[in-house]
Amino acid sequence: MGMTITEKILADHAGKTAVHPGELVDCTLDLLMGNDITAPIAIREFERVGAKEVFDPDRLTIVLSHFVPAKDIKSAEQCRIARDFARKHQLKYFFDEGRGGIEHILLPQEGLVVPGDVVLGADSHSCTYGGLGCFATGVGSTDLAAAMIMGSTWFRVPESMKFHFYGTPRSKWFSAKDMILHTIGQIGVDGATYRAMEFTGEAVQRLSVDQRLTLCNMAVEAGGKSGIVAPDQTTLEYVRPRAKRPWKLFASDPDATYHSVHEWDVGKLDLQVACPYSPDNVRPVAEVAGIDVDQVFIGSCTNARLEDLRIAASIMRGRKVAPYLRCIVIPATHEVFKQAMKEGLMEVFSEAGCAISEATCGPCLGGYNGVLGPEEVCVSTSNRNFPGRMGHPKAKVYLASPAVAAATAVRGKLAMPEEVAP
Amino acid sequence: MNLFGKAWKFGDNVDTDQIIPARYLVTSDPNELGKHCMEDADPDFAKKVHPGDVLVGERNFGCGSSREHAPIAIRAAGVSAVIARSYARIFYRNSINLGLPLFETPDASRIEAGDALEINPTTGEIKNLTRNETYRATPLPPFAQEIMAAGGLMKYVAKKKGLVGRPA
Ligand code: SF4
Repeated sequence: MGMTITEKILADHAGKTAVHPGELVDCTLDLLMGNDITAPIAIREFERVGAKEVFDPDRLTIVLSHFVPAKDIKSAEQCRIARDFARKHQLKYFFDEGRGGIEHILLPQEGLVVPGDVVLGADSHSCTYGGLGCFATGVGSTDLAAAMIMGSTWFRVPESMKFHFYGTPRSKWFSAKDMILHTIGQIGVDGATYRAMEFTGEAVQRLSVDQRLTLCNMAVEAGGKSGIVAPDQTTLEYVRPRAKRPWKLFASDPDATYHSVHEWDVGKLDLQVACPYSPDNVRPVAEVAGIDVDQVFIGSCTNARLEDLRIAASIMRGRKVAPYLRCIVIPATHEVFKQAMKEGLMEVFSEAGCAISEATCGPCLGGYNGVLGPEEVCVSTSNRNFPGRMGHPKAKVYLASPAVAAATAVRGKLAMPEEVAP
Repeated sequence: MNLFGKAWKFGDNVDTDQIIPARYLVTSDPNELGKHCMEDADPDFAKKVHPGDVLVGERNFGCGSSREHAPIAIRAAGVSAVIARSYARIFYRNSINLGLPLFETPDASRIEAGDALEINPTTGEIKNLTRNETYRATPLPPFAQEIMAAGGLMKYVAKKKGLVGRPA
């Protein structure tokens, strides 16, 4: 019987020739990740059981991203724990402010995750890395602590769901964000619970790696354990110049078994927006266009890569942020920030009147740097819009692509990109 | 070693709020948590349950928040295992890590409250002594059984690596 790409990667890391959904397997791990929220708890557990060494200091990366530069004393203390641990254990891949950024964009960018990997991240959006053709999933701090000692962890082999996208989009602004929002809107926030979401088809193959990472980033919003796009030429072109380790290519067998298969023609899909208060409350942008907006946030691990900023800048170039609306742009990593400077994108944003900051999660989780007040409306390129996610529980967040966000910033109301930049 | 116990039957979507209501999350003391296990589904559960008894649910057992308190409370109440048709992902992971054995089988529906059960964790065989039926659940793989035997993931890891730590 054939296997899916996910089953093959897990079998490979469990030292088995085949695995089946539901089976529990013990897998070696290629990379572990903790951030400024989850690493300190894992470090405490690690030290409590008397562990002295990380199984491989080059395979544990700690990325300070959520509250850096430190937002307050508490976050400074958390960062301090992580920093001290990184120094003590000589972690090669410790990323502090000014050199790192949001982990889920940083690790692919730095070549720390490669196709065929099994990656364990103590953050729910660790599923992002699947865009490179690896198995990556989010766990809690206890799991991370144990894995830091063992270099391995157990998984239950997930069933796979196939999402097949074909056809050609009608709008030049159509992006991976619209594809994943459509998917979540169709199957719901628990539609893929436990399962691996495998994205296939010509419309997926045409996507850049940046876009594929966006696609897999929100797998967890459908309850998915992981998201994955099989590696191809595009993947390898991205991976080759950056990979810090050798990679291994896997692909699903034609006779692999799936829990279910969904097929969608992207030519029939509109630009999408997830309305308050759930990522599966998805509608075509055209249906909600025109509502008043207070804040636009272009950032987060979903959509703040160079390509996202290019799209946003192409809409804002020579235009201004609308009166009584504010627009916050936060490149996801320091590298993206630097590149965006070189390409003149930062000039576009600052000329337009955007607030710009160094890489951080910041407003995405209502942390700082753009927290919403009661009844405020925000169009955000991030991934969650539950009550209170970006600030006050009565604030309303609409999740959309960078193109829709930028158009909204210029128009002052939720807008289709075509309205602003024909 | 086989597990013996009486079945306590619950339905679909037993969520973590039923398992341990959020108002008790101010503590992580297992004994305290165990006293309030399943309180919102059956207020006297913790008083009535006997050591070794088995929780039986239907679909999506343990859905809701990611709180590790849920499996801690179940174990501390004296429950030896949970049987259900399916589990919520994080609850499943947390339970294994905290040393609470879970068994998954569609036959969970055939088990009624009060049935006497015998579970063989190695084979996944569940005998319903009351009804004279045998069910098959996915057995726990050897490493998961080792985690159970050690009393949870961190203890298992410490044992495996010969670490001497501080008590929790
Ligand atoms: S950007 Fe938002 S979703 Fe992504 S890691 Fe940071 S807080 Fe989490």
